[in-house]
Amino acid sequence: MLKYIVPLVLFVVLIVFLAIGLQNDPRYIPSPLIAKVAPAFSLPRLYAPDAKFGPDLLKGKVWLLNAWTSDCRGCRAEHPYLLELASQDIVSLVGLNYRDSNQLAKSLLDQTGNPYRIVVTDNSGSVGIDYGIYAVPETFLIDRKGVIRYKYIGPLGPDEIYGTLVPLIKRLKQEPA
Amino acid sequence: MKPSIKPNMKLSAALILPILLLLSSITLSVYAGVEVREFTDAEQERRYHKLIDELRCLVCQNQNLADSNSQLALDLRNKVFEMLAAEKTDQQVADYMVQRYGEYVLYNPPLDPVTSILWIGPILAVIAAILLLLIFIFKLSKTTPVTLSDEDRAKTKNLLDQKGDDE
Repeated sequence: MLKYIVPLVLFVVLIVFLAIGLQNDPRYIPSPLIAKVAPAFSLPRLYAPDAKFGPDLLKGKVWLLNAWTSDCRGCRAEHPYLLELASQDIVSLVGLNYRDSNQLAKSLLDQTGNPYRIVVTDNSGSVGIDYGIYAVPETFLIDRKGVIRYKYIGPLGPDEIYGTLVPLIKRLKQEPA
Repeated sequence: MKPSIKPNMKLSAALILPILLLLSSITLSVYAGVEVREFTDAEQERRYHKLIDELRCLVCQNQNLADSNSQLALDLRNKVFEMLAAEKTDQQVADYMVQRYGEYVLYNPPLDPVTSILWIGPILAVIAAILLLLIFIFKLSKTTPVTLSDEDRAKTKNLLDQKGDDE
């Protein structure tokens, strides 16, 4: 009897492992930056290149840093939802225009609308490296102390925004600065 | 006696298969990272290639930084080169990448509680296999040996003698 049970149990264990493996999204890599202070930077603003922006300027506020490019399909997919979120005035949206041309970025925002309070231009991609960005769009939620609390990789949709982000933002707003 | 071909063919098939398997496990590194670099010395160049070989590209996940043509891989190769030029140690470069992208970027992950199954798993599997094999051999040795009756022995002897006559 044992002769049959042992291989069967091993087989079931193997199947369970493989089934769990299949559910995992290989594109999703947990960020080591969660619970760490958002890396400092000072980048020119898209609409005011002489004025620089850095995370320290939003200290005491809960804000979103959204990495995007003008030629990224996922960014276009989430764009209407970002516009909607921006119109609700729940959170400050900062756009990190990653390795893009300022002209293309501007013309896209002019055409489709600008959900961002501030857009900064990371032409060299060096800030992208500091934030561990590898696949735009990526979105970071930063708390009032300037700590990254949540990261989402891929285009945001209503489920992610209203199911996860907004409740989390409301909670983070309650925390002391 | 005719030269027997069949057993030899079996033998060569048995040899070819493992050889092919072995060969298939050897891959040549074809570098996508062909940027012109000016290294200060051969040692720095060696370290550079070792590092970009061992760091994973996050865009094309089954390639290392050396193999990948992606923009990010190029940026990160530049970063590795810059850091080596600034006299950072290999460990500092690896730490820099891990801080940003997590241990996922290391093709050679460190031994810690999370990765322990990766390191110990194969050893456990080999030990289990050896144990199973020993149990199997032990059981086999305990089976009662076949005993031959006098009649059987006589038959066998007869057959063997006949064969001797043929040659």
